[in-house]
Amino acid sequence: MDGLSVGSLYALIALGYTMVYGVLQFINFAHGDIVMIGAWLSFWICARLGWAGNDAPPSLARAAATLLFAMVVCGTLGFLIERLAYRPLRSAPRLNILITAIGMSLLLENVGQLPIVFGTENQGMPGLLPKETLLSVAGVNITLIDVLIIGCSIALMAGLNHLVYSTRLGLAMRAASFDTKTASLMGVNINRTISLAFVIGAMLAAAAGFLYAVKYTNLNQPAFPTWILLGLTAFVAAVVGGIGNIRGAMIGGVLIGLLEKFGTAYVSSSFKEVYVFSILILVLLFKPTGILGSARVEKV
Amino acid sequence: MPLLELHNVKVRYGAIEALHGIDLNVEQGQIVALLGANGAGKSTTLRTVSGLLRPASGTVLFDGKPIQGLPPHKIVELGIAHVPEGRGIFANFTVDENLAVGAYTRSDKAGVAADRERVLEMFPRLRERLRQNAGTLSGGEQQMLAIGRALLARPRLLLLDEPSLGLAPQIVRQIFALIRRINADGTTILLVEQNVHMALDAASYGYVLEVGSIAMHDFPATLKTSDQVRKAYLGVA
Ligand SMILES: Nc1ncnc2c1ncn2[C@@H]1O[C@H](COP(=O)(O)OP(=O)(O)OP(=O)(O)O)[C@@H](O)[C@H]1O
Ligand SMILES: [Mg+2]
Repeated sequence: MDGLSVGSLYALIALGYTMVYGVLQFINFAHGDIVMIGAWLSFWICARLGWAGNDAPPSLARAAATLLFAMVVCGTLGFLIERLAYRPLRSAPRLNILITAIGMSLLLENVGQLPIVFGTENQGMPGLLPKETLLSVAGVNITLIDVLIIGCSIALMAGLNHLVYSTRLGLAMRAASFDTKTASLMGVNINRTISLAFVIGAMLAAAAGFLYAVKYTNLNQPAFPTWILLGLTAFVAAVVGGIGNIRGAMIGGVLIGLLEKFGTAYVSSSFKEVYVFSILILVLLFKPTGILGSARVEKV
Repeated sequence: MPLLELHNVKVRYGAIEALHGIDLNVEQGQIVALLGANGAGKSTTLRTVSGLLRPASGTVLFDGKPIQGLPPHKIVELGIAHVPEGRGIFANFTVDENLAVGAYTRSDKAGVAADRERVLEMFPRLRERLRQNAGTLSGGEQQMLAIGRALLARPRLLLLDEPSLGLAPQIVRQIFALIRRINADGTTILLVEQNVHMALDAASYGYVLEVGSIAMHDFPATLKTSDQVRKAYLGVA
């Protein structure tokens, strides 16, 4: 159960990597930092609104408002990052934009550490949701928070799945992801499609950040390695599922989450990262394009 | 007034100039053939008209209005559809989805449905394969899909880049018959071809590109008898 909820967080984050890769063939290294910002924004808004005290009662409405706030702000941030940092480099050599993405990642972490932003102290996320255990089956605790995380992730992913596979806009996104030039000849506005990928990706990352904060409550300071590892693991999930493939990212995320938790529970908890990266190596060895990935025909 | 006019259009790929200032007109209702050897700049010309490339200088007028520098999606909306070299089929989409992307700019559902029906009637093989992945189609079927998809944008000007490339002679004849029919139904066509004979037979006017410049332009009957064209492209010594 824990594996499933962590896995759905990885899936939410992996979607952002995979959507951007789909249209730009570019790994957005700053994507993991949006998760951190989403988590910290959730804390920040609660603190601002006086919802942070230990005596503040759990409230689903407050949790939903916090989630919405984090998603909207991060969506805007994702839009601005693409618009201001990446778009001017669209026709520059690939390396320039990769380096810019790494720079953007460091920038977000450092700005996050500024005293007037989030600061360098760890913080405790208020208990917006009741810490209830719903069921205890054979020593496995099913908590309300895990159920809500999974439910919320499923709802978001179902929404995305509908958008991408059953709407006109989704058709345009998939066309652009397969072949940007031809899609533009069909009338697809490529810049708008790329913006959309960044905005949706950042909103899902913000949701993951919020859910992460609610689950673990201890928020590490913005530049702490746990955040980087969280982003990296989700990236591995995207690759394992087949980068560029939306359903692949969902499957990859859940798979990695389950594997990590089973490995930790039944083998040893000190090798958490080892499981993740071994599965990456295995997948790359036997199916380099990922579980659902297909070989991209290089255009001459 | 011609439907499409190019004035002194220069196009560069980085430091290399691929078009050295070309002039070209396409009159409403015509099929105009654009001929030339490999690397002459035929595809570059079409890409410039459809907005995939921006000219370094010069003007491109569609219906008298400048369109150079507009992004491709705006140009499709104005009524120019480009079937690119290599067809640009979305191989992981079904045939039906490919057609749907072709109609992306349009919101008149009834009109799209009618045009889709017209395309399927014109290309019966596509109707049999609507749910099939487009990547599994034969080369000829893919070319038909690419043309049918472009027609769903309801273009006034259709740009075709080597539609006969790599296809068996019988299929090439079918494709040319369809090109004539599309033109007879009212769509103006700018046709890039290496199959000079068939292109000149279908066209009402022709241009010959040589390394980025228009070497000659004339009526097909004249071009066919010109020594220059005969030697270079019709395999006559
Ligand atoms: N993407 C590109 N980058 C750099 N140079 C290019 C590019 N595309 C084409 N060229 C060059 O521009 C010139 C014209 O190419 P273009 O593709 O327009 O020729 P073409 O007449 O369509 O030839 P073909 O019959 O082989 O399709 C060639 O010298 C080609 O090498
Ligand atoms: Mg060409």
